[in-house]
Amino acid sequence: MTLIKTKVDRRSFLKTSALAGGGLMIGFAWGCSPAETVRPPASEWFDINAFLTIADNGEITIMSPNPEIGQNVKTSMPMIVAEELDANWEDVIVKQAPLDTKNFQRQVAGGSQSIRQGWQSLRMAGATARHLMLLTAAKEWGIDAASLKTENGYVLNGSKKLSYGELAGKAANIEVPEEVPLKDPKDFKIIGNSKKNVDLEGIVTGEPLFGIDFQREGMVYATVLRPQAFGTRLKTLDDSEARKVNGVIDVVKFTDHTSEADKARGEKVAVIATNTWAAIKGQKALKVTWEDSQKRESTPEHIAKLDAALQKADSKSLRRHDGNVSKAFAEADGVFEKSYEAPFLPHNTLEPMNFFADVTDDKVELMGPIQTPQWSLGTIAQLLGRDESEIHIGMTRMGGGFGRRLYGDFVVEAAAISDKIRKPVKLQYTREDDMTAGIYRPSSKYRFQAAYKNGKVTGYHLTGAGIRMGGTTRENWFPAGGIENYRVDSHNIDSNITTGAWRAPVTNFLAVAEQSFFDELAEEMGIDAIQLRLDILEQAKNSPFGESIDYEPEKMIGVIKLAAEKGNWGKAPNGVSKGFSSYYSHNTYVAEVVDVVTENGQPKVSNITVAVDCGIVVNPDAAINQVQGGAVDGIGHAMYGDFSFQNGTPQANNFDKFRLIRSKEAPTVDVHFVESLNSPTGLGEPSLPPAGGALANAIAAATGRRVYKIPFSKQDLALG
Amino acid sequence: MANYTLIINGKQKTVEADPDTPMLWVLRDALDLKGTKYGCGIGQCGACTIHMNDNAVRSCQIPVSAIGESAVTTIEGLSENGDHPVQVAWKKHDVPQCAYCQAGQIMNAAALLKRNPSPSTEEIADATHGNICRCGTYNKIKAAVADAAAQ
Repeated sequence: MTLIKTKVDRRSFLKTSALAGGGLMIGFAWGCSPAETVRPPASEWFDINAFLTIADNGEITIMSPNPEIGQNVKTSMPMIVAEELDANWEDVIVKQAPLDTKNFQRQVAGGSQSIRQGWQSLRMAGATARHLMLLTAAKEWGIDAASLKTENGYVLNGSKKLSYGELAGKAANIEVPEEVPLKDPKDFKIIGNSKKNVDLEGIVTGEPLFGIDFQREGMVYATVLRPQAFGTRLKTLDDSEARKVNGVIDVVKFTDHTSEADKARGEKVAVIATNTWAAIKGQKALKVTWEDSQKRESTPEHIAKLDAALQKADSKSLRRHDGNVSKAFAEADGVFEKSYEAPFLPHNTLEPMNFFADVTDDKVELMGPIQTPQWSLGTIAQLLGRDESEIHIGMTRMGGGFGRRLYGDFVVEAAAISDKIRKPVKLQYTREDDMTAGIYRPSSKYRFQAAYKNGKVTGYHLTGAGIRMGGTTRENWFPAGGIENYRVDSHNIDSNITTGAWRAPVTNFLAVAEQSFFDELAEEMGIDAIQLRLDILEQAKNSPFGESIDYEPEKMIGVIKLAAEKGNWGKAPNGVSKGFSSYYSHNTYVAEVVDVVTENGQPKVSNITVAVDCGIVVNPDAAINQVQGGAVDGIGHAMYGDFSFQNGTPQANNFDKFRLIRSKEAPTVDVHFVESLNSPTGLGEPSLPPAGGALANAIAAATGRRVYKIPFSKQDLALG
Repeated sequence: MANYTLIINGKQKTVEADPDTPMLWVLRDALDLKGTKYGCGIGQCGACTIHMNDNAVRSCQIPVSAIGESAVTTIEGLSENGDHPVQVAWKKHDVPQCAYCQAGQIMNAAALLKRNPSPSTEEIADATHGNICRCGTYNKIKAAVADAAAQ
């Protein structure tokens, strides 16, 4: 049993609410409250701490602090609280917490970190509340709390029991102890047992759960016309036709500049209407001219710049250097070099960007789908000159994030429009707006060089280059520590195209390139592809080169062996070709075996076997879903992801021009978790990075042709 | 603007709208039926799938003026209590991740099973191909459709 410091002072908070009658929170059952349960309705609710409210009838409301983008945190985070509370999961109602910087930490959906970073505070919230129930029951019975147990929402004293509902109202005067015990993970009952998505009933019946569904009395709808090409700004506007559209109320120009870089993009035009369709028609009816404000960039020039950068390595680009790389290359039996290329990518969340804003003299109310509410709070306070205390941000369920909703540009737009027209407004992006006003995955290229001698990789030099990407490498991850002479360089190329995090930033393509390279290198060296990785990892584990590494080779070896076994590596039946890949990201280790079959002369992915070490698996069915989705996403974007710019203009603006993976192309995904009692790590992203590399390697096994450029579907994949 | 009397989920509703207004926006904005989702507006993603006389159609592609006397069913009207076999299977398999496409997926699957109560694995893959799931829950979607067909 471990003890944890109780950081939350809930005493004064609880007293206030108890004196006020307890009813600070009204329970409403749009969570998983079971309709069949016969119990009296709750008449009083008692605040236990920021996460927890318990009703006199035993119902428990657990606040889910982090934004839900489909990664299942709205179910899995409350499961962790309920576990330590020893609650009956059937009694639990989950509510989405608003942005509340006083009571919650890191209300962000990003980096696959919600569970990992929330783990301790969620456990503490549940354990503190459980202890409070124990102490309250002990006082009731006049005995020592140490002789009592908790189970399923009750405190037990031999054959006597008191429910949390009976105890909650009496807990007001009980001191929270400075330390409370946490459970031994071996005793977990809720964690590790699959619980259904708490919004499931509402999802399958079409309840209004998403930002796009949010509505308010008197609300108007807005679309925005933004510069159609990067490097241009609005010159002239003729809104006469737009104003004639039935339902269009107004057309306004506005600015939402929060940085110097924004200013080059000039003014935007908002069409305000009584309904969404009128706002869309009005947007199309605007007559505008644009002027150049910056250079208008095109894809060929980006690629040329990336190629040039890959030939350079100097002290500015150096990220890590162990041993002596040039000596290793000079003394090698053989050297091997390959380069890999990836385009920009839009996120394409299926729910296009949207947000509700209501700016009045008294307050600023914002509601919608955002992965980083706190950023929006600060930015909008600055833009509108308002105090942060006047701004309230609520979070809805999100129709996907993939990194796009880390950026609150659309939240700021909604606030700026509402500030200008002083009405409650719903800003709605069309799909075309969403794909062309993106914050794209940066285009990048990687050059790998390896030297080998006596069947061992003796030298390694990775050079990465990206367009407005920042860092392009993960120099302290695999194969760092496993190769004696090791160098990594990274180049960033400036651009006016907006870029940002895209599911598994950097590694979403770095892994594809690296794992393709090791496969081909193994072939060149005449070594089994998995064995080559294991040799390097054994070195890194037993006697690492260089100062330090930021991954655990042993865990990587574990998932590699598990995937090889479950994926029948080396035992491909006739007609099936296999490709292997492994990658560490978001503190999680993943290895994948992709099976490819031939259909109409083209390779088709039939199955992926995935082995994952993410520590404790909180909600297994949902975890499998995440891993499957990430692998399918990785296959889809490696195969079809195609996006380019011509004179600053994105060359795809909807799903007729941008191909996403669909049902028939999606392989079955067979998921295996390493059994573990370690604290949980990330799961929303880590199965994506290895998928594309395993696919490239399986394509090579099937066709004899290597692919070096995304999208693979546009390379010649016909059987060689 | 014109008035249209429509049969939506078994009930008559009268709405005032421009004739070219896609049913998607009539449902969402005029009738407050928010379950039908906007994804692309060009009939490519399937998030806006509804039934017209039991056939799955893309509501973003059908103007209100073209509905006539067709019976329109949306996700809200698929069943009384969320217990259509496809909805039950969706819950059993806990299909959704972000969930945004799922109403369209469910409506599409319900129409498939009406037309073909025992689809093969290949027919299920074919029939679900028109609905994009950006989260990639295709494994669970196909399993849930097969399960619903078996009921």
